[in-house]
Amino acid sequence: MAGKKQKISDKPVHGIGFGTAFKSGNAITKLSAVVFGLGNILHKQIIRGFIYLALEVAYLYYMLSFGTKAIQNLITLGTKTQEEVFNEAKQIYEYVVGDNSMLCLLYGVITIFVTLLFIAILTSSVKSAYETQKRMEEGKPIPRFIDDLRSLGHEKLHNSLLLFPIVGVICFTIIPLVFNILIAFTNYDKDHQPPGNLFDWVGFDNFVAMFKTGGILAKTFWPIFEWTIIWAIFATFSCYILGMLLALVINREGTRYKGFWRFIFVLSIAVPQFVSLLTMSTIFNASGPLNVILKDMGIISAGTTIPFLTNPTLAKVTIILVNIWIGVPYTMLSTTGILSNIPKDLYEAAKVDGANAIVTFFKITLPYMLFVTTPSLITAFVGNINNFNVIFLLTGGGPASIEYYNAGKTDLLVTWLYKLTLTNKDYNIGAVIGIIIFVILATLSLLTYRHTGSYKDEEAFQ
Amino acid sequence: MKTKKNSSGSTKRFITNSIVHIGLAIVGFIWILPIAFVILTSLRKETGTYKSYILPQAFTLHNYANLFADHGTLNFSRWFFNTLGVAIASCLLSAFFVLCVAYVMSRLRFRMRKKLMNIALILGMFPSFMSMIAVYYILKGLGFLEAGQLKLVALVLVYSAGSSLGFYIAKGFFDTLPKTIDEAAYIDGATKWDVFRRITIPLSKPIIVNTLITSFMGPWVDYIFAKVILGQDRDYYTIAIGLWTMLQKEFIQYYYTTFFAGCVIISIPITILFLFTQRFYVEGVSGAVKG
Repeated sequence: MAGKKQKISDKPVHGIGFGTAFKSGNAITKLSAVVFGLGNILHKQIIRGFIYLALEVAYLYYMLSFGTKAIQNLITLGTKTQEEVFNEAKQIYEYVVGDNSMLCLLYGVITIFVTLLFIAILTSSVKSAYETQKRMEEGKPIPRFIDDLRSLGHEKLHNSLLLFPIVGVICFTIIPLVFNILIAFTNYDKDHQPPGNLFDWVGFDNFVAMFKTGGILAKTFWPIFEWTIIWAIFATFSCYILGMLLALVINREGTRYKGFWRFIFVLSIAVPQFVSLLTMSTIFNASGPLNVILKDMGIISAGTTIPFLTNPTLAKVTIILVNIWIGVPYTMLSTTGILSNIPKDLYEAAKVDGANAIVTFFKITLPYMLFVTTPSLITAFVGNINNFNVIFLLTGGGPASIEYYNAGKTDLLVTWLYKLTLTNKDYNIGAVIGIIIFVILATLSLLTYRHTGSYKDEEAFQ
Repeated sequence: MKTKKNSSGSTKRFITNSIVHIGLAIVGFIWILPIAFVILTSLRKETGTYKSYILPQAFTLHNYANLFADHGTLNFSRWFFNTLGVAIASCLLSAFFVLCVAYVMSRLRFRMRKKLMNIALILGMFPSFMSMIAVYYILKGLGFLEAGQLKLVALVLVYSAGSSLGFYIAKGFFDTLPKTIDEAAYIDGATKWDVFRRITIPLSKPIIVNTLITSFMGPWVDYIFAKVILGQDRDYYTIAIGLWTMLQKEFIQYYYTTFFAGCVIISIPITILFLFTQRFYVEGVSGAVKG
């Protein structure tokens, strides 16, 4: 039912595509693909036509003055290395500015996007000319410029509302992302830093190096990958189940001072995460308060300390425990409302059948909650794979390991990516890791997301 | 017979209740402990870092005074206002972006809609700072990294420009608002813009507050982008990297207790804000989970 309804409402508002507009348009419409806005100018839509024309002229000017060179540079990534040349007159060595591969790549990507925009304007120009031509033939009134402006508040509201967000996303998300994906196919590492050195395209070499058996990168990648997955599973489900249990215990009939208990746990969410994480890292420090308490209680002897954050295995356990401290109140808060929606008669029926608390939890509460909260569970899982803060602020990825390439035993893929790009300047390897993380997350979430109710029946509640 | 059974039932219930309350008290104590540790250390008189005891031997408010009096390399009050400015600007901008996109995706129907939603989903799966090097050079190219103030503007742009990709929760909320109200307004001659401004926005208080808070909190806790963009410019640091700097080797001996005072100071407003708006928060989230 809902699917059917959507099909109708998803029909395009003005169904003409570029192909039909160009094929069935008259000569003027066809010429509008060369001289933008021609069809509009000839049909009294002067302002609209000239806006198209101005955009075309601006693009051509850009390409002639800058763009063509940028595209060439994108292909070669620069040919002239910075050189030292002896200046006879001044009797000193001078640097002659060479090409900068990084800027070549960046400007090349930007030029590609400008060109894509140009193509969008081209199709829009032809479509607009065709629409006006149709209206002329059918004797309908031609919209004036003021009508165009007005339609931005109604039929074309999506264009006006989406303009700024999309510009923001293109400039600060998509262009940087494309740039970085391309870097994965270059040798932009610590030995090829522009402007002193140039870097060049290397094809799939970085990916091959990453997975080559016996290579240092593969030896680092697989253990880190394994720990990332283990961490994400433990972090997600421990918080989910314990948080839900806490919510159940607080909300059960016999518990008193519910507000007070809730307040205590919510307090820890309200404290900014980096504060609690930095505090935790001091608490678990070798000479930190926890070791002091354990000594005072006589559990460990005076001279020894427990290496909570410096022993690889123990550090992993500590990280997961600290994450429970941080995450459980979150789940408690967000599941409280949903838990109270579970139909009471289910529990009563279970009670009549003699089921105890544990059985009802696994047979009723958990299945129901899983059904309702799968989307947020996926989000949490994805968030944990990318959980930079917990690792970086607690252990910084440490303890460091000489078997690994610039990584420590508790590093996740993201923190390794961070170290490679910021500390080590191996941008190409960093980009490869970014792409791998993306592939993992994309397969994971597209598989599960598409099966959730909120994706399929988005209009169920309207 | 019957009464006996009842009394044994109530004893059993009493025992379970006691166990539950004792358990909650122990767990609650564990949850409070780190917070208590932060507050205690912020009041500790003895300087230096780790001590071989937990409770401070003497108390003082000097750490708090030190936080605001120090106008040397580490200037806490400046960091505070830097962060406040960035947080306010970027939360307004991101809330605007998110609401626009969420409304368009939920209520308007046009050709690219499904495609754009899938693109947003895909973009959200790249690690957010994978592209930060390119962002850095784009900002540099645009001339944003030449002065400290401009760096803060750049930070606002970075925080809010991509925020519209997180429109899914708000869209889920808009999906639950009945469509009949919109249709009634169209019959009365309202344009879609009118409906958005006069009907949808006033009905969406919980989700607006939720969006505002999440994006307001961002700059207070973000570490990576602030570090990359602000670099060594300590005057223009935000709170998060400022406090992190205090724990670095060259400062920790002198600033350890001051660091905790700083933590307490910035936790107070955020805690109040959070507790105050908790209700909105839960409503906003559960709106998205429905169905």
